[in-house]
Amino acid sequence: MTTTTGMPDFDEHVAYQPLVGTGRRGDQVFSGLARGSGILVVALVAAVGAFLLIEAIPALLKNRANFLFDRVWDLDDPAAPKFGIPDLLWATVAIAMIAMAIAVPLAIGVALFLTNYAPTRVARPFAYVVDLLAAVPSIIYGLWGIKVLLPYSRDVQGFLSSTLGWIPLFKDAGVSQGTLFLAGVVLAIMILPIVTAISREVFAQTPPAHKEGALALGATRWEMIRTAVLPYGRAGVISAAMLGLGRALGETIAITIIVSQVAGFNFSIFNGGQTFASKIANNAAEFDSPTKTGAFIAAGLVLFVLTFVVNAVARIVIERRKAFTE
Amino acid sequence: MTSIAAAGATPLIGPSIERPSRAREIRNAIATGLIWTSFFAAVVPLVWILYTVITKGLSLLLSSTWWLESQRGITVRHVGGGAYHAIVGTLLQATVTALISVPIAIFTAVYLVEYGRGRLARAVSFMVDILTGIPSIVAALFIYALWVTTLGLDRAGFSVSLALVLLMLPVVVRSTEEMLRLVPNELREASYALGVPKWKTISRVVIPTAFSGIVTGVLLGLARVIGETAPLLILGPYTKEINFNLFSGNMAALPTMINWDRTQSLQPAVDRTWAAALTLILLVLLLNIAGRVIARFSRV
Repeated sequence: MTTTTGMPDFDEHVAYQPLVGTGRRGDQVFSGLARGSGILVVALVAAVGAFLLIEAIPALLKNRANFLFDRVWDLDDPAAPKFGIPDLLWATVAIAMIAMAIAVPLAIGVALFLTNYAPTRVARPFAYVVDLLAAVPSIIYGLWGIKVLLPYSRDVQGFLSSTLGWIPLFKDAGVSQGTLFLAGVVLAIMILPIVTAISREVFAQTPPAHKEGALALGATRWEMIRTAVLPYGRAGVISAAMLGLGRALGETIAITIIVSQVAGFNFSIFNGGQTFASKIANNAAEFDSPTKTGAFIAAGLVLFVLTFVVNAVARIVIERRKAFTE
Repeated sequence: MTSIAAAGATPLIGPSIERPSRAREIRNAIATGLIWTSFFAAVVPLVWILYTVITKGLSLLLSSTWWLESQRGITVRHVGGGAYHAIVGTLLQATVTALISVPIAIFTAVYLVEYGRGRLARAVSFMVDILTGIPSIVAALFIYALWVTTLGLDRAGFSVSLALVLLMLPVVVRSTEEMLRLVPNELREASYALGVPKWKTISRVVIPTAFSGIVTGVLLGLARVIGETAPLLILGPYTKEINFNLFSGNMAALPTMINWDRTQSLQPAVDRTWAAALTLILLVLLLNIAGRVIARFSRV
């Protein structure tokens, strides 16, 4: 918007352009507004980072524990708080990885179905149905996960820990309420529509010549997909997965509802725990002193950086693919 | 030359319309089965969730008290009261969010499509993508740091709206941008040829052409933010009373109403949890369907 102020007064020029209203002032105002809005968006993201940093630094300086490596979270003494993030990082990454392991293959399948298998007439309505999954608010996923899905997940967990229990990841942790595993499953359903939508888009863009070429050489439909569709869509699928991962890392309320808070820590996905987001949400009532608030904001800052990096990578992959295909 | 002769020795000469080998056919059938299964596996949770919420929540929604009364004075033991306070809060916050974010989003999209060249445009586009990925809890923390810690104001409905603006902006920018790019360049050129200035071309020709698409984007953006719970946890404490004031006092919203009642084990509260969940789903679905219908019946 600064561009409009520094310009010479419009009225001086009117005499030279008497016949048509050039609308120069209108143009200046309008382009100024457009540019200003764009700059505002950039400033907003910068402000998010800056504000979180400003709030987090004093608390981090007071922190008596190692923020990155100490597994403590004790803010009772405002003069000497001790907080560290490894537990949060573990729970966040574990849930996100379970979600990805389920959602990405499933989403590729759904996207292939919608682009290459479904009869053309129903492909569109079917795609809407999958998109509707994205419309369900996350608190309802959480509610459904803990009240409806929990008993089923207990059965699956019981089976997995009795057969694969010798692997620490699948060891029975004795948690009867919501676990990281259940949260991961619910999260998989939540990120499925995002990953599907983008994969669907890139699969649909596969040049018909590639597909017809494969079929003409005698390939079966699956061989056509493997040799023409999947290689063409690979970068798109990777970036779709990254966007899903970004969403999974930051999901708050569903995980807050589902995963039970536990005292003990181990590397089992059948344990409870807290993620960055659920830790902050669970303690929203405790934002009473700057140090306490600062500690939670520091956790939020780590989450911001994580999602920033994941999304930036996704974006770069997409950009490179664009440059490559055009 | 010998290699060609070798190739000629194989029975591949001439059109071969043999069926693929058995192993390849089996692999193809397995892949087909898996791909069909994956689609139905994706639909199951949707149907299951809708079924759960409808069967458990519908009965309360059928009485008029649900839509007309608040929860004031009603404890978890008591049946009765409604979600009016929460519906009012959700709608008010959503309206203010839309009023703030839609103009900024549309101008940003106009900048990206009509004006943006070079480094700033790339930066804006990149930052819109980053905003898309910002977790709602981070947006809420940012507004908390700005509104409560820095400005020293009390948490209120308006601070929730500010956090929601951050989440709604990128959705509307992206959809509007897409719609503006669909407007044929001939329309712009015809307008310029008639001597119409650029700003008037954009505001009278380009945006009206893309209008329905933009409305769709706005509705879908609203549908996304209306169900957000994390900003409400940080910035909008629940109350059982009706509050129309966005700038003072606690204000209820449907997600926080669900969050309040879900921790209770007594049946009246459990019923209210599912009823509130169904109300929220209906609201979101309504916005979604309205958006899609508009998009369908008025293609650019």
